[in-house]
Amino acid sequence: MSKEKFDYFIKGEKGKYEVVIGLEVHAQVLSKSKLFSGSSTKFGADPNNQVSLIDSAFPGMLPVINEECVKQAVRTGLGLNAKINNYSVFDRKNYFYADLPQGYQISQYKNPIVGEGKVLLDMPYGSKEIGIERLHLEQDAGKSIHDMDPSNTYVDLNRSGIALMEIVSKPDLRSPDEVNAYIKKLRSIMRYLGTCDGNMQEGSLRADVNVSVRKEGDKNFGTRCEIKNVNSIKFMQMAIEYEAARQVELIENGKVIDQETRLFDTKKNETRSMRSKEDAHDYRYFPDPDLLPLKLEQKLIDDLKKTLPELPDKKKERFIKEYGLNAYEANVLVSEKEISDYYEEVAKLSDKKLAATWMMGDLFAMLNDRGLDISKSPISAKHFAELVQAIKSGEISGRIAKEVFEIMVESGDNPKKIIESKGMKQQSDPKELEKMINEILSKNKDKVDQYKAGKEKLFGFFVGQVMKLSGGKANPQLTNEILKKLLKG
Amino acid sequence: MSLDKEKIKHVAKLARISVDDAKVESLTKDLNSIFKFIEQLNELNTDKVEPLTSILNQSLRSRKDEISDGKIREKVLKNSPKENEEFFVVPKVVE
Repeated sequence: MSKEKFDYFIKGEKGKYEVVIGLEVHAQVLSKSKLFSGSSTKFGADPNNQVSLIDSAFPGMLPVINEECVKQAVRTGLGLNAKINNYSVFDRKNYFYADLPQGYQISQYKNPIVGEGKVLLDMPYGSKEIGIERLHLEQDAGKSIHDMDPSNTYVDLNRSGIALMEIVSKPDLRSPDEVNAYIKKLRSIMRYLGTCDGNMQEGSLRADVNVSVRKEGDKNFGTRCEIKNVNSIKFMQMAIEYEAARQVELIENGKVIDQETRLFDTKKNETRSMRSKEDAHDYRYFPDPDLLPLKLEQKLIDDLKKTLPELPDKKKERFIKEYGLNAYEANVLVSEKEISDYYEEVAKLSDKKLAATWMMGDLFAMLNDRGLDISKSPISAKHFAELVQAIKSGEISGRIAKEVFEIMVESGDNPKKIIESKGMKQQSDPKELEKMINEILSKNKDKVDQYKAGKEKLFGFFVGQVMKLSGGKANPQLTNEILKKLLKG
Repeated sequence: MSLDKEKIKHVAKLARISVDDAKVESLTKDLNSIFKFIEQLNELNTDKVEPLTSILNQSLRSRKDEISDGKIREKVLKNSPKENEEFFVVPKVVE
C-alpha cells in the first residue's frame, strides 16, 4: 500500500481548520446480571421485567457490586495497555431525569478503576496512537419511549443498572475516518476479550463525541461541544462533519462558540443545542456512602493478565510472520476474532496465502450478500480449505473453483464430492489438450494464418475456443503453453 | 464562601425544591451563617490529608455474577405516578 498523507481539514474563507475529536465510549459490560443488583441483563425482555427494587431505587436498598463486572473492566483495561488502579471509588453523579430513578448515577469520578492507556490505529498514512485517558465503571439509565403516547413518556427500567464501561479517549482524533477506525478497534479488542459484545444496534456501544476546531498549526484547543449519545459510526461521522463546519462558520463570522451539550438529529442531519442540559454539568459528585472503596489485589490483576487471549495487534504481527500475509490482509483477517479463527483453521489445512485471497474475495462477498457473520457461514472452514487445496494443486482452475464455491454454498457438500460428481476436474493432460487444440486450429485455418501474419491478439480467441470446448476445464497455463508452441510450428 | 440569591435559587432547582422569593431571603441568611461556621475548618492546613470518605478500613463486598432478582414488575410499578401494565408513565419529556 502506498502511504497517503493525512488530509482532513475544513476549508474556511480565512484558511484551513483542523478538527479535534475526543470520544467518551459507553460500552455495555458482558455479564449475566447488573452492576449492583441480581437482575438479568438480557436484551429484548418484556418491559420492566428485569428490574429489582435496587434498579428502581426503592428506599432502603443497598447496592452490592458484581465481581464479574469488575474483572471485565480490568480485562478491558489490560487490553488497552492501561494502568489498572488498585484503589478506586464509586461516586454519585446527580441529575434529574425520568429514566434515572435514583436521581443519581453511580459512577467513578476522581478515582477510576483504569487509568491511562493507548490504542493503535492503522491508517492509510501509517499507524497512529490514540491515548486513553481513563476507563470507569458506571450504571446505565433506563429507556424513555416518547412515541407511544402523545402526552406521556413511557419508561422501561430493564437497562437501568446494567454495567457500563465509559472509555474516555484523549483529544487525539483528527477526522471522521480516524473515529471510524478507533471505534472499530475498540470494539474488536473488547470482542476478543469477551468484555462487550459491541452490538451497536442493541445499544451496547454508544459514544458522546467532543468536537472542536482550530486553525491549522495552532497549539491551543478551541472551545468544544459535546454531542451526546450517538449510536452508530455513520452518525458519529455525520455529526462531526456538521459540527466542525458549524464551528468554523461561527469563527469566521467573528462569533464565539459556546461550550455546550448538543444532540445529533439523524433525520435533519444537524446538531442542535440541548437546552435541558443547561445545568447538566452541575453534577455535584460525591463518594457514594453506600459503597466502600474498591481495592484490587495485585494478584487478581496478574491472574487476569495471564488469561487474556491473543489480541488483534499481536495476532496481526503473527499472521504476517507465520503466514506470510501482507499488512492489509492481516489487518482484515484479525479484525474479528471469529474471522481470524476461521482463517487459522483454513490456513492449517491449505495454502496460507491463497486461503487469504479466497477468503477476502469470494467468501466475504458471499457472506456480505447474505448478511451473514462468518460464524454462520454455509461453508465450513474444513471444506473451504479443501477448495483452496484443489485450486493450489491444479485439480481445478480458478474459474471452475468459483462454480464449485457456488454449489458448496447451496448444498453444503464438500468440494471433492462436487468436483467428482460433476466432472469438474481440470484437464491437465498435455496429450489430450494438444489433441483438442490441434482440432481447433484445423477448424480455424483462416484465423491461424491471420495470427501468423501478425494479428497476435487472436491468441485470446484460441484460448476462448479451448475453454469452450473443454467446458472451462482446460488447465489455463498448460493451454497457453501448448497453444504458443503449436502456433509457432 | 458566600451565597447570593441566585445561587440559592439554582441549588433549589437542582434539588427540585420549590422555593418562593420570600423564602429565598431567609434561606440566604441562614445558609450564609451556616457556611461561615463551617469555614472555620479552613484554618486547618489539610494539604497532605486525603479526604476521608469512609471510617471503615475495609474493601467493597462483592457478589457472584448470578441472576437472582427481577421479574417483579407488579411490585416495581406499584409506586409509579401513572402506569399501564408494562411501563412507568410520566409527563412527556422530549428534546
